[in-house]
Amino acid sequence: MELLLARLFDGVSSGATYAVIAVALVLIYKATTLINFAQGELCMIGSFIAYAFAVDVGLPVIPAVILAMVMTALLAAGIERTLIRPFDPSNHLPLVIITLGLLLLINSVAGMIWGYDPRRFPGVFPDGTVFEWGVARLRWYTVGTLITTIVLLVLLSLLLNRTKVGLAFRAVSSNLESAALSGVPIGRTLQFGWALAAAVGTIAGVLFVSDPFRQIEPTFAARVLIFASAAAVLGGLDSLWGALVGGLVIGMVESMLIGYLTFIPSQMGLASAVGVLIIVLLIRPNGLFGSRRVERV
Amino acid sequence: MTAPTKTKTGAPLEVSALHAAYGPVQVLHGIEFRVDEGEAVVILGANGSGKTTTLRAICRMVSTSGSVSVYGTSLAGKKTEAVTKLGVAHVPQGRGTFADLSVDDNMRLGAFVRRDKDVQKDIDGWYEVFPILGSRRAQPAGQLSGGEQQMLAISRALMGNPRVLLLDEPSLGLAPLIVKDLFERLKQVKLDRGTTMLVVEQNANLALAMADRGYVLEAGLIAISGTAEDLRTNEAVRRAYLGY
Repeated sequence: MELLLARLFDGVSSGATYAVIAVALVLIYKATTLINFAQGELCMIGSFIAYAFAVDVGLPVIPAVILAMVMTALLAAGIERTLIRPFDPSNHLPLVIITLGLLLLINSVAGMIWGYDPRRFPGVFPDGTVFEWGVARLRWYTVGTLITTIVLLVLLSLLLNRTKVGLAFRAVSSNLESAALSGVPIGRTLQFGWALAAAVGTIAGVLFVSDPFRQIEPTFAARVLIFASAAAVLGGLDSLWGALVGGLVIGMVESMLIGYLTFIPSQMGLASAVGVLIIVLLIRPNGLFGSRRVERV
Repeated sequence: MTAPTKTKTGAPLEVSALHAAYGPVQVLHGIEFRVDEGEAVVILGANGSGKTTTLRAICRMVSTSGSVSVYGTSLAGKKTEAVTKLGVAHVPQGRGTFADLSVDDNMRLGAFVRRDKDVQKDIDGWYEVFPILGSRRAQPAGQLSGGEQQMLAISRALMGNPRVLLLDEPSLGLAPLIVKDLFERLKQVKLDRGTTMLVVEQNANLALAMADRGYVLEAGLIAISGTAEDLRTNEAVRRAYLGY
């Protein structure tokens, strides 16, 4: 029982961090209907900027993260303006290749500035546990990450569904040509999507590396991005709340499978999570909460 | 080229020497026409004659050369969004529905360029005209039937209070009775609002019945032009497009 609870807490803990990065992926996908391979690196660079403000400049961690969000959003807006906008938004392949190139570029730049030695990121949430029962420990970090993710999702839902900029955002992802015919500024809306996803990605990255068991180094995003993508696809790729559920499911599967099916070596945690993903997609091709496109003509 | 000066005196729509191409394929070979204030003008033509391309060229959705001006403002170098802001609404072929957005959101997008406070009032007004849209306001618009989507497309376009309405084959894929009703509605809109209209249509009978004037496109050139009455009685038009 203790052990089950311990694994449950472990699953929620990693699941919540997958979820929050998955939210950033879903956002950029909703804006551009594009899998943005550079999104993970934007999470990474945002975390490093937060690190620089918190550790090198010595700011308290929350203002450091907010400053980092603003700077990363501006960086992403600049990337959109210079590298993405000159290309046809409806032709995806060149854009995906560009995001792959960006992945390598941002990663190298971070390596150049900060090097590849892991560093300790200052904690965002208090250390210690909320609840403890033998080996089962529910940490403040886990609770904090989960609550932050939920608050973030509520705010994003309000932004997308209740504001004019949210309407523009949804129009562009629904039908690019009709959005232009309705007078929606396509370029600026996509730029807003990039900036928003980068700001959310900064929160995601910071939450991930602020786990006292983890450290920050320029390659962290590449690893976690695979879990986060699995979470996003499982949730339905265009569903924000699906990303949360998808993240928790992937985290839970990883922790339970390795915990209980002892013949699965712990190195296979990721592979088993992907296995679950494939099974779910076979049954529900649009993921758990993805919108099925129904169109009568 | 028309000088890019803003004068209210220009015609709602003036097109001259308009060429358009999809990549290497030239579709329009220099057409010239105008639509005057409050007029409904129809463009007839066979498949592939360039009707849709003409509308797309006006809204800068295809590479073009030549001159298009709206109330004297040249559209050269403008983006599609900017053309909409000048008061041109375009209901594209296939209706351009935001399929996964609700009917309400579709209507709000029609009013995207508006800054006034009457948007919700106008949406409710359209729901009175088309009660079926009102009763399905929260549903994804893609679930409406073809005829309902056409109603939605037209009300959405008119939500922006356009000065010029471009309609691309509004009858496409609709049952004859619905098409008839649709053209009645358009006639009513023209009477009530005085909206200037340019309609591309294959259903020449109904289109000529509501239009003031018309042009016949053949292989990217204007072959015949005249009043609706002229076209109805024109031997060639009668045989090719009216079918009797």
